[in-house]
Amino acid sequence: MMSVETQLRFDREAISQFSKANQEPEWFLQKRLTALDSFAELALPKLEKTKIDNWNIDQFQPFQQEQELSTADQLDEVVKAEIDLTAAKSLLVQKNASIVYRSIPEELAKQGVIFADLATALREHGDLVQKYWMQAVAFDEHKLTALHAAVVNGGVFVYVPKNVELEAPLQAVFEVAGDASLLCPHVLIVAEANSKVAYVDTFVSAEGQSLVSNSIVEVFVGNGASVQVASVRSLSTEVHDYAFRRAIVERDGKMEWILGEINDGNTVANNTTILKGVASQTETKTVSVGTGAQRQNLTSQVQHIGTYTESNMVSKAVMTGEAVTILNGITKIEKGAEKSDGEQAENILMLSEKARGDANPILLIDEDDVKAGHAASVGRVSEESIYYLMSRGISRQEAERLIILGFLEPVVAEIPIEEVQNRLRQALERKLG
Amino acid sequence: MTAVPHLVIKDLHAKIEDKEILKGLSLEIKGGEIHAIMGPNGTGKSTLASTLMGHPKYEVTSGSVTLNGEDVLEMAVDERARAGLFLAMQYPSEISGVTNSDFLRSAINARRGEGNEISLMKFIREMDKKMATLEMDESFAHRYLNEGFSGGEKKRNEILQMMMLEPSICILDEIDSGLDIDALKIVANGVNEMRSADRGFLVITHYQRLLNYVKPDFVHVMMQGRIVKSGGSELAERLEAEGYDWVKEELGIVDETVNASV
Repeated sequence: MMSVETQLRFDREAISQFSKANQEPEWFLQKRLTALDSFAELALPKLEKTKIDNWNIDQFQPFQQEQELSTADQLDEVVKAEIDLTAAKSLLVQKNASIVYRSIPEELAKQGVIFADLATALREHGDLVQKYWMQAVAFDEHKLTALHAAVVNGGVFVYVPKNVELEAPLQAVFEVAGDASLLCPHVLIVAEANSKVAYVDTFVSAEGQSLVSNSIVEVFVGNGASVQVASVRSLSTEVHDYAFRRAIVERDGKMEWILGEINDGNTVANNTTILKGVASQTETKTVSVGTGAQRQNLTSQVQHIGTYTESNMVSKAVMTGEAVTILNGITKIEKGAEKSDGEQAENILMLSEKARGDANPILLIDEDDVKAGHAASVGRVSEESIYYLMSRGISRQEAERLIILGFLEPVVAEIPIEEVQNRLRQALERKLG
Repeated sequence: MTAVPHLVIKDLHAKIEDKEILKGLSLEIKGGEIHAIMGPNGTGKSTLASTLMGHPKYEVTSGSVTLNGEDVLEMAVDERARAGLFLAMQYPSEISGVTNSDFLRSAINARRGEGNEISLMKFIREMDKKMATLEMDESFAHRYLNEGFSGGEKKRNEILQMMMLEPSICILDEIDSGLDIDALKIVANGVNEMRSADRGFLVITHYQRLLNYVKPDFVHVMMQGRIVKSGGSELAERLEAEGYDWVKEELGIVDETVNASV
């Protein structure tokens, strides 16, 4: 196959400069440069039924700087819609390669909690970051992870000490804007034993063409800790989005993912939980909507290693237009993970003849003494349900709207920040309108 | 105040796929009246209910249905509902992700029209009151519509909707099936509370049991897709005591179902 060599718009020099400007530790710069070399060598990830060779992988300006804002009022409208300015306490906002707004309550530090943007965390807690940096997702897994490690341009570090339970969720908003801009945040969450934290982020975009989002989330859930991560992505058709999220869960730990994949553009997302410790648990709930001509490849994956581990994955997708969504659910139970239980369900609602939705439940089981199950369905809005709602005076159009949004609602309702829930509902209505 | 409702069904024929089920059914229901339709299985009772509401599977081949002079058969399902028809269904759908209260508010507002929506406070007050009458736990307001409800809970929920929507013609399709005696009394209580001069009822049932608590003014026996015998509440009592054989004998009917060639 012929491939067109395209010139990168960045080099070692640009990376070194950005690293220096942010006063990053030397080890971090070295990791960036090593990753840049690997990027050139490595292949793209192999994805089920999705070819991404022609997607925008690396054609961007990685370090687009933005002005830091003194008040939240100055934030872009797309960002303001995601936050409750009166209530948002712990909030970081990143636009392109800059943190433009931060609100970090002092109480957090008093409890020993770190909630910081990545650059600050590298400066102030470098050793702690180094201990976990790319230990869940290896930088050389494939071309996209290597690229991420080379040009990472922001992100969030969350550290919750032993026995500390945070009531209010931590929030981040990531915005990408302007032609050929890159959003490349790395979210690193470390929850020590018996701690509890919820983190919510949203990915939004403003005007611009040929943008890229390449993000990684790594979560380390300590013994008996409980972590909830909710992420809603509503990037435009002009953004190609690559997201790799992974959690490693220790004994009795609990990891919950709530994901709203409602980009308008091409999307690759892989969400993996590794249930390492005995009796660790995970739940993954995903909603997605395919519209227009977009292509999405969404994978939810759980690896059971510890005994008595439990997982549950639910993915719901609504397909319209000529969109194509491949929904993969992978439950892997390793030899020795006795008494484990892995369940998964993928449900696709088709609203158009030309759209395609593939549900691929995969169970890979190397241990006999386990329970595992899957359910997949692809269907249309039931005429019987429409009839029922209409029989109460509701118009056909409104009945369809209620049923489609209702199909997704059980997942939406799980997001711990009401503004983000509401924005997601609005975004769903807009996408389905 | 609207005029006393008047539903007129004339010589109604309806089919599902290619099978004719209603074969010339005529009936008139006025406000203040309770009509009961009884009959063995397979005689077309539920088809009548679904056809009146406009279920897409049933096709009317001839005859007419009017409500206060308006042609019901010309109306879409939602228009029929807004015109005042209500069907408490035997097997209501489960709608995930739509809470009972959101759904009911949408339905009430659809009827009231834009600019005339019910206030949230008033809605909540009404709903609380009616749920109390039906001895429904408050949590049912926030549960998804019929999802995971038991058979009896679904039936109560149908009656709750009827009480909230205040229709002028209420059709109850085997609302008593699957209800224990206590639940039956509660449901009957809800129906009785709604009896009024500006509301008519069509109660479809297998059994006389429900009619002990909801006293009908008229009782009709349905066989072979039409009404074959009508009377007062004493007719229901006799059917309960003696079954349907005497009716068949009297009328010379061998096979009472709609399959019978007539």
